[in-house]
Amino acid sequence: MLIRQPTDIVPSEITSPELFRARRQFLRLGAGAALAGGAGLVGLPAGAAESLPARLSPLSTDEPLTGRKDVLSYNNYYEFGTDKSDPAANAGVMKTRPWEVRVEGLVAKPRTFGIEELLKLAPLEERIYRLRCVEAWSMVVPWIGYSLSALLQQVEPLGSARYVAFDSHYDPAIMLRRPVLDWPYKEGLRLDEAMHPLTLLTLGVYGEVLPNQNGAPVRIVVPWKYGYKSAKSIVRIRVTDTQPATAWNTAAPEEYGFYSNVNPEVDHPRWSQARERRIGDFRKRPTLPFNGYAEQVAGLYQGMDLKRFY
Amino acid sequence: MSVAQRWTPTPGQLSFMKAALFALCLVPLALLVLDWDRDALGANPIEAVAHATGAWTLRFLLITLAITPLRRLTGLHWLLRLRRMLGLFAFAYGVAHLLAYVWLDQYFDWTAIAMDILKRPYITVGFVALVLMTPLALTSNNRMIRQLGGRRWQALHRSVYAIALLGVVHFWWLVKADVLDPLIYAVILAGLLGIRAWWRQQERIRQLSTPPGAPPGRRVIRIAAR
Repeated sequence: MLIRQPTDIVPSEITSPELFRARRQFLRLGAGAALAGGAGLVGLPAGAAESLPARLSPLSTDEPLTGRKDVLSYNNYYEFGTDKSDPAANAGVMKTRPWEVRVEGLVAKPRTFGIEELLKLAPLEERIYRLRCVEAWSMVVPWIGYSLSALLQQVEPLGSARYVAFDSHYDPAIMLRRPVLDWPYKEGLRLDEAMHPLTLLTLGVYGEVLPNQNGAPVRIVVPWKYGYKSAKSIVRIRVTDTQPATAWNTAAPEEYGFYSNVNPEVDHPRWSQARERRIGDFRKRPTLPFNGYAEQVAGLYQGMDLKRFY
Repeated sequence: MSVAQRWTPTPGQLSFMKAALFALCLVPLALLVLDWDRDALGANPIEAVAHATGAWTLRFLLITLAITPLRRLTGLHWLLRLRRMLGLFAFAYGVAHLLAYVWLDQYFDWTAIAMDILKRPYITVGFVALVLMTPLALTSNNRMIRQLGGRRWQALHRSVYAIALLGVVHFWWLVKADVLDPLIYAVILAGLLGIRAWWRQQERIRQLSTPPGAPPGRRVIRIAAR
Protein backbone atom coordinates (compact mmCIF):
# COMPACT_ATOMS: atom_id res chain seq x y z
CA MET A 1 0.00 0.00 0.00
CA LEU A 2 1.58 3.22 -1.08
CA ILE A 3 -0.95 5.50 0.50
CA ARG A 4 0.32 5.84 4.02
CA GLN A 5 -0.39 7.97 6.96
CA PRO A 6 2.04 10.87 7.30
CA THR A 7 3.45 9.30 10.48
CA ASP A 8 4.78 6.34 8.48
CA ILE A 9 7.84 8.24 7.34
CA VAL A 10 10.16 10.86 8.68
CA PRO A 11 10.41 13.44 5.93
CA SER A 12 13.95 14.44 6.79
CA GLU A 13 15.16 10.90 6.09
CA ILE A 14 14.20 10.91 2.46
CA THR A 15 14.02 14.51 1.40
CA SER A 16 16.77 16.90 0.49
CA PRO A 17 17.22 20.01 2.64
CA GLU A 18 15.80 22.21 -0.14
CA LEU A 19 12.68 20.15 -0.41
CA PHE A 20 12.40 19.97 3.35
CA ARG A 21 12.41 23.75 3.43
CA ALA A 22 9.94 23.87 0.57
CA ARG A 23 7.67 21.54 2.51
CA ARG A 24 7.92 23.72 5.60
CA GLN A 25 6.91 26.59 3.35
CA PHE A 26 3.83 24.86 2.02
CA LEU A 27 2.87 23.54 5.41
CA ARG A 28 2.93 27.09 6.66
CA LEU A 29 0.90 28.26 3.68
CA GLY A 30 -1.46 25.33 4.05
CA ALA A 31 -1.94 25.94 7.74
CA GLY A 32 -2.61 29.59 7.07
CA ALA A 33 -5.13 28.71 4.40
CA ALA A 34 -6.87 26.25 6.71
CA LEU A 35 -7.06 28.83 9.49
CA ALA A 36 -8.52 31.34 7.09
CA GLY A 37 -11.09 28.81 5.93
CA GLY A 38 -9.11 28.54 2.71
CA ALA A 39 -9.37 24.76 2.63
CA GLY A 40 -13.13 25.08 2.47
CA LEU A 41 -12.83 27.69 -0.26
CA VAL A 42 -10.80 25.41 -2.48
CA GLY A 43 -13.28 22.60 -2.03
CA LEU A 44 -11.20 20.45 0.24
CA PRO A 45 -12.52 19.44 3.61
CA ALA A 46 -9.62 20.04 5.96
CA GLY A 47 -7.58 16.90 6.44
CA ALA A 48 -9.36 14.97 3.69
CA ALA A 49 -6.37 14.75 1.38
CA GLU A 50 -4.39 11.52 1.39
CA SER A 51 -0.68 12.04 1.65
CA LEU A 52 1.52 10.56 -1.05
CA PRO A 53 5.14 10.09 -0.06
CA ALA A 54 7.64 10.54 -2.84
CA ARG A 55 11.34 11.02 -3.32
CA LEU A 56 12.56 14.31 -4.75
CA SER A 57 13.62 13.85 -8.36
CA PRO A 58 16.85 15.39 -9.68
CA LEU A 59 14.75 16.65 -12.61
CA SER A 60 13.24 19.19 -10.21
CA THR A 61 13.84 22.91 -10.35
CA ASP A 62 15.03 24.65 -7.20
CA GLU A 63 12.91 27.75 -7.85
CA PRO A 64 10.55 28.79 -5.05
CA LEU A 65 7.24 26.94 -5.10
CA THR A 66 3.98 28.64 -5.95
CA GLY A 67 1.81 28.59 -2.83
CA ARG A 68 -0.31 25.49 -2.34
CA LYS A 69 -3.48 27.53 -2.07
CA ASP A 70 -2.80 29.15 -5.46
CA VAL A 71 -1.97 25.82 -7.09
CA LEU A 72 -5.21 24.35 -5.75
CA SER A 73 -7.51 27.30 -6.43
CA TYR A 74 -6.36 28.87 -9.72
CA ASN A 75 -7.09 26.22 -12.31
CA ASN A 76 -8.02 25.82 -15.93
CA TYR A 77 -10.22 22.73 -16.01
CA TYR A 78 -12.94 23.82 -18.41
CA GLU A 79 -15.14 20.78 -17.80
CA PHE A 80 -15.86 22.26 -14.38
CA GLY A 81 -16.28 25.86 -15.55
CA THR A 82 -14.24 28.41 -17.41
CA ASP A 83 -13.40 30.73 -14.52
CA LYS A 84 -10.15 29.99 -12.73
CA SER A 85 -12.04 29.54 -9.46
CA ASP A 86 -14.72 27.23 -10.92
CA PRO A 87 -12.83 23.92 -10.82
CA ALA A 88 -12.02 24.21 -7.11
CA ALA A 89 -15.67 25.03 -6.44
CA ASN A 90 -17.24 22.39 -8.71
CA ALA A 91 -14.86 19.47 -9.17
CA GLY A 92 -15.41 18.01 -5.70
CA VAL A 93 -18.36 15.91 -6.89
CA MET A 94 -16.22 13.85 -9.28
CA LYS A 95 -15.65 10.29 -8.04
CA THR A 96 -12.03 9.26 -8.57
CA ARG A 97 -12.21 5.80 -6.97
CA PRO A 98 -12.57 3.35 -8.54
CA TRP A 99 -10.83 4.62 -11.66
CA GLU A 100 -9.50 2.80 -14.66
CA VAL A 101 -7.22 3.83 -17.47
CA ARG A 102 -7.44 1.83 -20.66
CA VAL A 103 -4.14 1.71 -22.57
CA GLU A 104 -4.60 0.41 -26.10
CA GLY A 105 -3.92 0.91 -29.79
CA LEU A 106 -0.66 0.01 -31.47
CA VAL A 107 0.71 -1.91 -28.51
CA ALA A 108 1.62 -5.53 -27.98
CA LYS A 109 -0.13 -5.78 -24.62
CA PRO A 110 -3.19 -3.54 -24.34
CA ARG A 111 -4.34 -3.35 -20.73
CA THR A 112 -6.61 -1.61 -18.31
CA PHE A 113 -4.92 -0.23 -15.22
CA GLY A 114 -6.74 0.47 -12.00
CA ILE A 115 -5.73 3.57 -10.11
CA GLU A 116 -4.28 1.54 -7.20
CA GLU A 117 -2.13 -0.30 -9.70
CA LEU A 118 -0.95 2.95 -11.27
CA LEU A 119 0.08 4.24 -7.85
CA LYS A 120 2.40 1.23 -7.49
CA LEU A 121 3.65 0.82 -11.03
CA ALA A 122 6.89 2.72 -10.46
CA PRO A 123 8.52 4.54 -7.52
CA LEU A 124 6.81 7.86 -6.93
CA GLU A 125 8.98 10.91 -7.48
CA GLU A 126 8.42 14.51 -6.52
CA ARG A 127 9.05 16.57 -9.65
CA ILE A 128 9.11 20.30 -9.11
CA TYR A 129 8.32 21.68 -12.54
CA ARG A 130 7.67 25.08 -14.01
CA LEU A 131 4.16 25.30 -15.43
CA ARG A 132 3.59 27.85 -18.20
CA CYS A 133 0.01 28.57 -19.19
CA VAL A 134 -0.76 29.77 -22.72
CA GLU A 135 -2.41 32.75 -21.00
CA ALA A 136 1.05 34.05 -20.04
CA TRP A 137 1.09 33.19 -16.36
CA SER A 138 3.25 30.54 -14.74
CA MET A 139 3.71 28.55 -11.54
CA VAL A 140 6.25 26.24 -9.92
CA VAL A 141 4.44 23.07 -8.88
CA PRO A 142 5.67 20.05 -6.87
CA TRP A 143 3.99 17.24 -8.84
CA ILE A 144 4.19 13.60 -7.78
CA GLY A 145 4.36 10.72 -10.25
CA TYR A 146 6.77 8.93 -12.52
CA SER A 147 7.76 9.12 -16.16
CA LEU A 148 4.94 8.18 -18.52
CA SER A 149 7.46 5.95 -20.28
CA ALA A 150 7.23 3.52 -17.34
CA LEU A 151 3.56 2.95 -18.15
CA LEU A 152 4.04 2.83 -21.92
CA GLN A 153 6.82 0.27 -21.58
CA GLN A 154 4.36 -2.03 -19.82
CA VAL A 155 2.13 -2.19 -22.91
CA GLU A 156 5.02 -2.39 -25.41
CA PRO A 157 4.29 0.04 -28.27
CA LEU A 158 4.66 -1.54 -31.72
CA GLY A 159 7.18 -0.42 -34.31
CA SER A 160 4.43 1.39 -36.21
CA ALA A 161 3.53 3.56 -33.18
CA ARG A 162 4.08 7.30 -33.73
CA TYR A 163 1.72 9.16 -31.42
CA VAL A 164 0.03 8.84 -28.06
CA ALA A 165 -3.51 10.17 -27.55
CA PHE A 166 -5.06 10.96 -24.18
CA ASP A 167 -8.79 11.03 -23.52
CA SER A 168 -10.05 12.78 -20.42
CA HIS A 169 -13.04 11.79 -18.35
CA TYR A 170 -16.30 13.45 -19.35
CA ASP A 171 -19.52 13.17 -17.39
CA PRO A 172 -22.20 15.61 -18.56
CA ALA A 173 -24.11 15.03 -15.31
CA ILE A 174 -21.44 16.89 -13.32
CA MET A 175 -19.49 18.75 -16.01
CA LEU A 176 -20.08 21.65 -18.37
CA ARG A 177 -22.56 20.72 -21.08
CA ARG A 178 -22.04 23.78 -23.24
CA PRO A 179 -19.76 22.78 -26.12
CA VAL A 180 -17.01 25.22 -25.20
CA LEU A 181 -14.61 22.52 -26.36
CA ASP A 182 -15.34 19.26 -28.14
CA TRP A 183 -15.90 17.04 -25.08
CA PRO A 184 -14.43 14.78 -23.95
CA TYR A 185 -11.14 16.67 -23.78
CA LYS A 186 -8.49 15.14 -25.97
CA GLU A 187 -4.77 15.66 -26.03
CA GLY A 188 -1.84 14.03 -27.72
CA LEU A 189 1.93 13.81 -28.00
CA ARG A 190 4.39 12.41 -30.44
CA LEU A 191 5.65 9.04 -29.16
CA ASP A 192 9.16 10.39 -28.53
CA GLU A 193 7.68 13.27 -26.53
CA ALA A 194 5.54 10.86 -24.55
CA MET A 195 8.56 8.65 -23.86
CA HIS A 196 10.74 11.59 -22.76
CA PRO A 197 11.72 11.22 -19.09
CA LEU A 198 10.35 14.70 -18.27
CA THR A 199 6.83 13.69 -19.34
CA LEU A 200 5.22 12.83 -16.05
CA LEU A 201 2.33 10.52 -15.32
CA THR A 202 1.05 12.54 -12.42
CA LEU A 203 -0.83 11.19 -9.42
CA GLY A 204 -0.21 13.80 -6.77
CA VAL A 205 0.78 17.35 -5.98
CA TYR A 206 2.09 19.06 -2.89
CA GLY A 207 2.63 15.81 -1.01
CA GLU A 208 -0.89 14.48 -1.45
CA VAL A 209 -3.02 12.70 -4.05
CA LEU A 210 -4.21 15.03 -6.80
CA PRO A 211 -7.15 17.19 -5.76
CA ASN A 212 -9.97 16.91 -8.32
CA GLN A 213 -9.49 20.43 -9.64
CA ASN A 214 -5.88 19.57 -10.52
CA GLY A 215 -6.91 16.62 -12.69
CA ALA A 216 -7.47 13.73 -10.28
CA PRO A 217 -6.80 10.94 -10.10
CA VAL A 218 -4.26 10.73 -12.91
CA ARG A 219 -3.04 13.26 -15.47
CA ILE A 220 0.04 13.95 -17.46
CA VAL A 221 2.37 16.91 -17.05
CA VAL A 222 4.53 17.97 -19.99
CA PRO A 223 6.55 20.84 -18.55
CA TRP A 224 8.00 22.25 -21.78
CA LYS A 225 4.57 22.70 -23.37
CA TYR A 226 1.72 25.09 -22.60
CA GLY A 227 -0.42 23.82 -19.75
CA TYR A 228 -3.38 22.64 -21.83
CA LYS A 229 -1.20 19.91 -23.37
CA SER A 230 -1.14 18.24 -19.96
CA ALA A 231 -4.45 16.35 -20.05
CA LYS A 232 -6.32 15.85 -16.78
CA SER A 233 -8.39 12.98 -15.36
CA ILE A 234 -7.26 10.54 -18.03
CA VAL A 235 -9.40 7.47 -18.78
CA ARG A 236 -7.86 6.27 -22.02
CA ILE A 237 -4.43 6.29 -23.63
CA ARG A 238 -4.25 5.27 -27.27
CA VAL A 239 -1.05 4.61 -29.17
CA THR A 240 -1.55 5.52 -32.84
CA ASP A 241 0.28 5.97 -36.11
CA THR A 242 -1.52 9.20 -37.02
CA GLN A 243 -1.47 12.55 -35.26
CA PRO A 244 -4.48 12.58 -32.94
CA ALA A 245 -7.00 15.41 -32.84
CA THR A 246 -6.54 17.59 -29.76
CA ALA A 247 -9.17 19.73 -28.03
CA TRP A 248 -7.68 23.21 -28.34
CA ASN A 249 -6.25 22.59 -31.79
CA THR A 250 -9.70 21.52 -32.95
CA ALA A 251 -11.29 24.59 -31.35
CA ALA A 252 -8.89 27.14 -32.86
CA PRO A 253 -6.18 25.60 -35.06
CA GLU A 254 -4.53 28.93 -35.91
CA GLU A 255 -4.12 29.72 -32.21
CA TYR A 256 -3.21 26.36 -30.67
CA GLY A 257 -0.94 24.01 -32.56
CA PHE A 258 -0.46 20.31 -31.98
CA TYR A 259 3.02 20.85 -30.57
CA SER A 260 2.34 23.91 -28.39
CA ASN A 261 5.90 24.05 -27.12
CA VAL A 262 6.48 27.08 -24.91
CA ASN A 263 8.10 29.54 -27.28
CA PRO A 264 8.65 33.24 -26.55
CA GLU A 265 9.30 33.83 -30.25
CA VAL A 266 5.93 32.58 -31.45
CA ASP A 267 3.13 34.78 -30.17
CA HIS A 268 -0.41 33.67 -29.67
CA PRO A 269 -2.24 35.52 -32.47
CA ARG A 270 -3.99 37.62 -29.83
CA TRP A 271 -1.30 38.16 -27.22
CA SER A 272 2.45 38.06 -26.75
CA GLN A 273 4.19 34.99 -25.36
CA ALA A 274 7.48 36.81 -24.80
CA ARG A 275 6.88 37.32 -21.09
CA GLU A 276 4.91 35.69 -18.32
CA ARG A 277 3.73 36.55 -14.83
CA ARG A 278 4.81 34.02 -12.26
CA ILE A 279 1.90 33.74 -9.87
CA GLY A 280 2.84 35.72 -6.77
CA ASP A 281 5.13 38.08 -8.68
CA PHE A 282 4.26 41.65 -9.54
CA ARG A 283 6.53 42.12 -12.55
CA LYS A 284 6.56 39.88 -15.58
CA ARG A 285 9.61 37.81 -16.43
CA PRO A 286 10.91 36.71 -19.83
CA THR A 287 9.54 33.39 -21.03
CA LEU A 288 12.23 30.81 -21.80
CA PRO A 289 12.25 28.60 -24.90
CA PHE A 290 10.69 25.24 -24.03
CA ASN A 291 9.84 26.77 -20.66
CA GLY A 292 13.49 26.47 -19.61
CA TYR A 293 13.76 22.77 -20.58
CA ALA A 294 15.48 23.42 -23.92
CA GLU A 295 18.62 21.56 -22.87
CA GLN A 296 16.61 18.37 -22.32
CA VAL A 297 14.04 18.58 -25.12
CA ALA A 298 15.21 20.88 -27.94
CA GLY A 299 16.78 17.84 -29.62
CA LEU A 300 13.33 16.36 -30.19
CA TYR A 301 12.60 19.14 -32.66
CA GLN A 302 15.88 19.37 -34.51
CA GLY A 303 15.40 20.59 -38.07
CA MET A 304 11.76 21.53 -37.46
CA ASP A 305 10.51 25.02 -38.17
CA LEU A 306 9.03 25.85 -34.78
CA LYS A 307 7.19 28.85 -36.19
CA ARG A 308 5.33 26.51 -38.51
CA PHE A 309 4.92 23.66 -36.05
CA TYR A 310 3.79 25.83 -33.16
CA MET B 1 -50.16 60.07 -21.66
CA SER B 2 -50.50 58.75 -18.15
CA VAL B 3 -46.82 57.96 -17.70
CA ALA B 4 -46.07 61.68 -17.80
CA GLN B 5 -47.93 61.99 -14.51
CA ARG B 6 -45.48 59.61 -12.80
CA TRP B 7 -43.61 60.65 -9.73
CA THR B 8 -40.90 63.24 -10.26
CA PRO B 9 -38.36 64.06 -7.59
CA THR B 10 -38.08 67.55 -6.17
CA PRO B 11 -34.72 69.26 -6.76
CA GLY B 12 -33.74 68.31 -3.21
CA GLN B 13 -34.67 64.68 -3.71
CA LEU B 14 -32.79 64.63 -7.02
CA SER B 15 -29.65 65.97 -5.36
CA PHE B 16 -29.91 63.28 -2.72
CA MET B 17 -30.39 60.60 -5.36
CA LYS B 18 -27.38 61.85 -7.26
CA ALA B 19 -25.24 61.74 -4.14
CA ALA B 20 -26.45 58.22 -3.34
CA LEU B 21 -25.84 57.08 -6.92
CA PHE B 22 -22.36 58.58 -6.84
CA ALA B 23 -21.53 56.57 -3.72
CA LEU B 24 -23.07 53.44 -5.23
CA CYS B 25 -20.99 53.78 -8.40
CA LEU B 26 -17.84 53.89 -6.28
CA VAL B 27 -18.65 50.60 -4.52
CA PRO B 28 -17.07 48.28 -7.13
CA LEU B 29 -13.88 50.31 -7.07
CA ALA B 30 -13.83 50.43 -3.27
CA LEU B 31 -14.34 46.66 -3.03
CA LEU B 32 -11.53 46.10 -5.50
CA VAL B 33 -9.14 48.31 -3.54
CA LEU B 34 -10.15 46.63 -0.27
CA ASP B 35 -9.73 43.13 -1.72
CA TRP B 36 -6.36 44.08 -3.17
CA ASP B 37 -5.30 45.39 0.22
CA ARG B 38 -6.35 42.27 2.11
CA ASP B 39 -4.99 39.99 -0.62
CA ALA B 40 -8.41 38.56 -1.43
CA LEU B 41 -8.24 38.73 -5.22
CA GLY B 42 -7.00 35.18 -5.69
CA ALA B 43 -3.80 33.87 -7.20
CA ASN B 44 -3.60 36.49 -9.94
CA PRO B 45 -4.74 39.80 -8.44
CA ILE B 46 -3.48 41.87 -11.37
CA GLU B 47 -5.63 39.90 -13.78
CA ALA B 48 -8.55 40.22 -11.35
CA VAL B 49 -8.21 44.03 -11.25
CA ALA B 50 -7.90 44.25 -15.04
CA HIS B 51 -10.97 42.06 -15.57
CA ALA B 52 -13.09 43.79 -12.91
CA THR B 53 -12.38 47.34 -14.11
CA GLY B 54 -13.01 46.27 -17.70
CA ALA B 55 -16.27 44.57 -16.82
CA TRP B 56 -17.48 47.63 -14.88
CA THR B 57 -16.62 49.91 -17.81
CA LEU B 58 -18.86 47.81 -20.02
CA ARG B 59 -21.59 47.59 -17.39
CA PHE B 60 -21.66 51.36 -16.88
CA LEU B 61 -21.78 51.87 -20.64
CA LEU B 62 -24.77 49.57 -20.90
CA ILE B 63 -26.48 51.16 -17.88
CA THR B 64 -25.95 54.59 -19.45
CA LEU B 65 -27.41 53.34 -22.72
CA ALA B 66 -30.39 51.88 -20.84
CA ILE B 67 -31.51 55.28 -19.52
CA THR B 68 -33.20 56.48 -22.70
CA PRO B 69 -35.24 53.30 -23.30
CA LEU B 70 -36.07 53.09 -19.61
CA ARG B 71 -37.20 56.69 -19.56
CA ARG B 72 -39.34 56.19 -22.62
CA LEU B 73 -40.91 52.99 -21.37
CA THR B 74 -41.65 54.26 -17.86
CA GLY B 75 -42.19 57.94 -18.48
CA LEU B 76 -39.75 58.70 -15.68
CA HIS B 77 -38.06 61.50 -17.58
CA TRP B 78 -35.98 62.61 -14.63
CA LEU B 79 -33.89 59.46 -15.10
CA LEU B 80 -32.11 61.48 -17.77
CA ARG B 81 -30.71 63.68 -15.01
CA LEU B 82 -28.66 60.71 -13.78
CA ARG B 83 -27.25 59.75 -17.16
CA ARG B 84 -24.28 62.08 -17.22
CA MET B 85 -22.91 60.71 -13.97
CA LEU B 86 -23.29 57.12 -15.19
CA GLY B 87 -21.51 57.95 -18.43
CA LEU B 88 -18.70 59.65 -16.57
CA PHE B 89 -18.34 56.59 -14.33
CA ALA B 90 -18.08 54.42 -17.45
CA PHE B 91 -15.18 56.63 -18.50
CA ALA B 92 -13.63 56.58 -15.02
CA TYR B 93 -13.70 52.78 -14.88
CA GLY B 94 -12.28 52.74 -18.40
CA VAL B 95 -9.39 54.91 -17.27
CA ALA B 96 -8.88 52.63 -14.25
CA HIS B 97 -8.86 49.68 -16.66
CA LEU B 98 -6.20 51.37 -18.80
CA LEU B 99 -4.19 52.19 -15.68
CA ALA B 100 -4.42 48.58 -14.51
CA TYR B 101 -3.04 47.51 -17.88
CA VAL B 102 -0.30 50.14 -18.18
CA TRP B 103 0.78 50.09 -14.57
CA LEU B 104 -0.02 46.71 -12.98
CA ASP B 105 0.08 44.48 -16.03
CA GLN B 106 2.79 46.02 -18.19
CA TYR B 107 4.55 48.10 -15.55
CA PHE B 108 5.08 51.08 -17.90
CA ASP B 109 6.86 48.99 -20.51
CA TRP B 110 5.96 51.49 -23.25
CA THR B 111 7.51 49.41 -26.03
CA ALA B 112 5.44 46.38 -25.10
CA ILE B 113 2.34 48.58 -24.74
CA ALA B 114 2.85 50.19 -28.15
CA MET B 115 3.39 46.76 -29.73
CA ASP B 116 0.23 45.47 -28.07
CA ILE B 117 -1.86 48.38 -29.32
CA LEU B 118 -0.53 48.00 -32.85
CA LYS B 119 -0.42 44.21 -33.06
CA ARG B 120 -3.26 42.86 -30.95
CA PRO B 121 -6.68 43.61 -32.41
CA TYR B 122 -8.46 43.25 -29.08
CA ILE B 123 -6.17 45.79 -27.46
CA THR B 124 -6.39 48.09 -30.49
CA VAL B 125 -10.16 48.02 -30.28
CA GLY B 126 -10.22 48.59 -26.53
CA PHE B 127 -7.77 51.45 -26.80
CA VAL B 128 -9.75 53.10 -29.61
CA ALA B 129 -12.92 52.80 -27.53
CA LEU B 130 -11.30 54.58 -24.61
CA VAL B 131 -9.84 57.28 -26.85
CA LEU B 132 -13.30 57.85 -28.33
CA MET B 133 -14.80 58.13 -24.85
CA THR B 134 -12.47 60.97 -23.94
CA PRO B 135 -14.19 63.76 -25.94
CA LEU B 136 -17.53 62.56 -24.57
CA ALA B 137 -16.27 62.82 -21.02
CA LEU B 138 -14.75 66.26 -21.71
CA THR B 139 -18.02 67.58 -23.15
CA SER B 140 -20.24 66.15 -20.43
CA ASN B 141 -20.93 69.51 -18.82
CA ASN B 142 -23.48 72.28 -19.38
CA ARG B 143 -20.92 74.74 -20.64
CA MET B 144 -19.81 72.43 -23.44
CA ILE B 145 -23.42 71.65 -24.40
CA ARG B 146 -24.08 75.39 -24.74
CA GLN B 147 -20.87 75.92 -26.63
CA LEU B 148 -21.47 73.07 -29.08
CA GLY B 149 -25.20 73.52 -29.39
CA GLY B 150 -27.62 70.72 -28.58
CA ARG B 151 -27.66 69.23 -32.07
CA ARG B 152 -23.90 68.99 -32.49
CA TRP B 153 -23.47 67.82 -28.93
CA GLN B 154 -25.99 65.06 -29.49
CA ALA B 155 -24.34 64.02 -32.76
CA LEU B 156 -20.99 63.78 -31.00
CA HIS B 157 -22.44 61.77 -28.14
CA ARG B 158 -24.08 59.27 -30.50
CA SER B 159 -20.57 57.83 -30.89
CA VAL B 160 -21.27 56.07 -27.58
CA TYR B 161 -23.10 53.42 -29.64
CA ALA B 162 -19.88 52.65 -31.51
CA ILE B 163 -17.87 52.81 -28.28
CA ALA B 164 -20.08 50.22 -26.58
CA LEU B 165 -19.83 48.01 -29.65
CA LEU B 166 -16.03 48.27 -29.61
CA GLY B 167 -16.05 47.48 -25.89
CA VAL B 168 -18.00 44.27 -26.43
CA VAL B 169 -15.74 43.28 -29.34
CA HIS B 170 -12.71 43.98 -27.11
CA PHE B 171 -14.09 41.52 -24.54
CA TRP B 172 -15.13 38.97 -27.17
CA TRP B 173 -11.69 38.84 -28.76
CA LEU B 174 -10.01 38.43 -25.41
CA VAL B 175 -11.66 35.20 -24.29
CA LYS B 176 -10.09 31.89 -25.25
CA ALA B 177 -13.07 29.72 -26.02
CA ASP B 178 -16.02 30.40 -23.75
CA VAL B 179 -17.83 33.38 -25.28
CA LEU B 180 -20.83 33.15 -22.93
CA ASP B 181 -19.90 36.24 -20.89
CA PRO B 182 -19.20 38.55 -23.86
CA LEU B 183 -22.30 37.11 -25.52
CA ILE B 184 -24.44 38.31 -22.60
CA TYR B 185 -23.07 41.84 -22.98
CA ALA B 186 -23.57 41.63 -26.75
CA VAL B 187 -27.20 40.57 -26.41
CA ILE B 188 -27.97 43.38 -23.95
CA LEU B 189 -26.26 45.91 -26.21
CA ALA B 190 -28.13 44.57 -29.23
CA GLY B 191 -31.37 45.02 -27.31
CA LEU B 192 -30.52 48.58 -26.28
CA LEU B 193 -29.52 49.58 -29.80
CA GLY B 194 -32.28 47.54 -31.43
CA ILE B 195 -35.05 49.22 -29.49
CA ARG B 196 -33.72 52.61 -30.61
CA ALA B 197 -33.62 51.51 -34.23
CA TRP B 198 -37.14 50.16 -33.95
CA TRP B 199 -38.48 53.36 -32.40
CA ARG B 200 -36.80 55.41 -35.07
CA GLN B 201 -38.37 53.23 -37.71
CA GLN B 202 -41.81 53.63 -36.11
CA GLU B 203 -41.36 57.37 -36.00
CA ARG B 204 -40.46 57.47 -39.66
CA ILE B 205 -43.55 55.46 -40.57
CA ARG B 206 -45.69 57.79 -38.47
CA GLN B 207 -44.22 60.86 -40.12
CA LEU B 208 -44.81 59.43 -43.57
CA SER B 209 -48.41 58.59 -42.77
CA THR B 210 -49.20 61.98 -41.27
CA PRO B 211 -50.68 64.28 -43.94
CA PRO B 212 -48.85 67.62 -44.21
CA GLY B 213 -50.48 70.35 -42.20
CA ALA B 214 -52.20 67.92 -39.83
CA PRO B 215 -51.70 68.68 -36.13
CA PRO B 216 -48.77 66.79 -34.67
CA GLY B 217 -49.82 63.63 -32.91
CA ARG B 218 -48.39 61.97 -29.86
CA ARG B 219 -44.65 62.17 -30.02
CA VAL B 220 -41.77 61.83 -27.72
CA ILE B 221 -40.37 65.00 -26.32
CA ARG B 222 -36.66 65.16 -26.88
CA ILE B 223 -34.86 66.68 -23.98
CA ALA B 224 -31.27 67.62 -24.41
CA ALA B 225 -29.17 66.22 -21.61
CA ARG B 226 -28.66 68.72 -18.83
